[in-house]
Amino acid sequence: MTVPSLGKDLLGLEHLTPDQLRLILDTSEPFKEVSERAIKKVPALRGKTIVNLFFEASTRTRISFEFAEKRLSADTVNVAAQGSAVQKGENLVDTARNLEAMRIDMVVIRHPSSGAAKFLAERIRSNVVNGGDGMHEHPTQALLDMLTIRDHYEKIEGLKVCICGDIAHSRVARSNIWGLTKLGAQVAVCGPQSLIPGSIEELGVVVFRRIEEAIEWADVLNILRLQLERMTGGYIPSLREYYRVFGVTLERLERVQRDLLILHPGPMNRGVEIDSRVADGPHSVILDQVTNGVAVRMAVLYLLAGGRPELAEAAKGETEREGRGT
Amino acid sequence: MRPLVLAGGRVIDPSRDYDAVADVLIRDGVIEGIESRLTPPDGADVVDVAGKVVAPGLVDVHVHLREPGREDAETVATGARAATAGGFTTVCAMPNTDPVTDNQAAVGFIVKQAEAAAAARVYPIGAISVGQRGEQLAEFGEMVAAGAIAVSDDGHPVVSSHLMRTALEYARSFNIPVAEHCEDPSLARNGVMHAGVVATRLGLSGIPAAAEDVMVARNILLAQLTGGHMHLCHISTRGSVDLVRWGKQRGVNVTAEATPHHFALTHDACENYDTNAKMNPPLREAADVEAVREGLRDGTLDVIATDHAPHHYEAKEREFDDAPFGVIGLETSLGLGMKELVGRGLLTLPELIDRMSTRPARIFHLPGGSLRRGAPADVVVFDPTATWRVEPERFRSRSRNTPFAGWDLVGRVDRTLVGGRTAFAA
Repeated sequence: MTVPSLGKDLLGLEHLTPDQLRLILDTSEPFKEVSERAIKKVPALRGKTIVNLFFEASTRTRISFEFAEKRLSADTVNVAAQGSAVQKGENLVDTARNLEAMRIDMVVIRHPSSGAAKFLAERIRSNVVNGGDGMHEHPTQALLDMLTIRDHYEKIEGLKVCICGDIAHSRVARSNIWGLTKLGAQVAVCGPQSLIPGSIEELGVVVFRRIEEAIEWADVLNILRLQLERMTGGYIPSLREYYRVFGVTLERLERVQRDLLILHPGPMNRGVEIDSRVADGPHSVILDQVTNGVAVRMAVLYLLAGGRPELAEAAKGETEREGRGT
Repeated sequence: MRPLVLAGGRVIDPSRDYDAVADVLIRDGVIEGIESRLTPPDGADVVDVAGKVVAPGLVDVHVHLREPGREDAETVATGARAATAGGFTTVCAMPNTDPVTDNQAAVGFIVKQAEAAAAARVYPIGAISVGQRGEQLAEFGEMVAAGAIAVSDDGHPVVSSHLMRTALEYARSFNIPVAEHCEDPSLARNGVMHAGVVATRLGLSGIPAAAEDVMVARNILLAQLTGGHMHLCHISTRGSVDLVRWGKQRGVNVTAEATPHHFALTHDACENYDTNAKMNPPLREAADVEAVREGLRDGTLDVIATDHAPHHYEAKEREFDDAPFGVIGLETSLGLGMKELVGRGLLTLPELIDRMSTRPARIFHLPGGSLRRGAPADVVVFDPTATWRVEPERFRSRSRNTPFAGWDLVGRVDRTLVGGRTAFAA
């Protein structure tokens, strides 16, 4: 059997095989431990240069990637669209080509247009990691969600996962749907019909209209952030009503007496899509997701750079060896 | 100019239901005679066109020539030459230029540029409203006197039902059609492709079929109210085809067109974020394509029009969300009609010529579309069996934005005559 590889880029989960997904999740395991050390650094990507190209505001994704890169000893540069050449009218290709002319190895791109990561990947030689493109995909978020689910249940196959909220505008939802269904989970979505695309069932998911039904059904709820502009956009009448009808509250959770995992990609609107007592309660693994995010991103960067999965364990051990040498 | 005999071709003239092997004599810019075997007059050029089709030159009632304003993408001259290369002898230029073609001087400019180009005939379409802003009627009378043959706010749907009503009424004074891009902007919103499973997967904002259907319905009802001639541009949905059929059954003065891309492609072409598959109305679903083809077959959709929309390479070489709508079509329309409609047995060859020449000329009251004696010698000669590969770098158009690059099409244009003069020869 040949060992699967990721190829040049990670643009989304739709076109990955189950083996490739498992490869990333499995490779994340040894990297988890690196962040628990006193000296949180391994030399796996030493000498590699990575640009974090963010055309959209992001705090946690950018920081998570940056930690992942630094803990792998890569050299990193952050480029925010605000104040960069992009604002002066330079297009995406020219920005990327200029970066590449400085001999970089990888680009992590976050962009408001769907397809932007693919567009970039087709035009530069460097590895491209999609850090979220428009409403299309956010593969590393879904991977960290899957890793967190797997940590808890020790499997993904056969689990019932419901993604709740604004499905229509969510790249997190799409990546989760692809990744989870490929690994054998049953996936459902739940939210106001005005925020669920009519053709979503063709992606192999079930639609719940009522949050109570979703809670009744699911082993995992992945609760999406409700963008405040959906109200002004006319999709929902008010945040107040959203909370009353679709909010994941303690009262609703308490009606089911069984193991139920609560995920949220953040940032949360407490009191809109999620009750604080749920977010901070025993079902919640929201902070575990954040921790896992660094490990998953380390795995992705390591694999794209040509790192071999069977050597991930050894790669992380090099710190000590090298440490002794200096 | 010496007399010309096109000898031994299959002469197809839908205006007279004529379809036979014959010789065509052209003299002084007009069709002088068609006979099974005629004796060439002294000094005539005789061209052997055995095995070829000789038909009235193609007529396209919907093109964008970008002049004035975006001469980097197309000009009247390059567009008119692209037209003749595609077998077209007449095209109608939409008024969404910069500045907008909304007055007699602007119309006169197009006419003048077309005369200078001396390629296909170019008839300007004037704007419905001043600046295409949807507020105040443009001066139809003066524009018609300057050469406009229709009015349209194409690219900017007429949102106000009152304005559309008065445009239809006022246009009756000049016996011109009102051509409309049917789209409810509040439903289309910021959509960039058809709202369907492909848009859902790609994470792109969708334009629902209903955005077109509701405006088609409104416009048919306004045509019924006013008696004006409502011409519905680029019908793309099965719902709209049904509505047009309903309107025609009730005797409403409505005509409609379909584009080659809407009868040849589905929204699957947007896969990989190909900006050359981004147009408005967007590529729809297989059932819509079937309905458009059936509409062309049964005559619900009167004509094929390209909606030729040139864009500079740089404009399309970007993120899907930000790329402009539109594809070019003049040089691939006949080949697509031959391949996708005649080749599939949906239309006969004479029916295709009818949809691409005779009917568009008739519904827009244009010369052409006929080979009857005395008609202007606007003629296309093409090889109906020759296949050729679409190579955008060889286009006469100044732009290259086609979704059909690399396709093998059927029916190669050999010669295009405009007023008896050879405007294109392969």
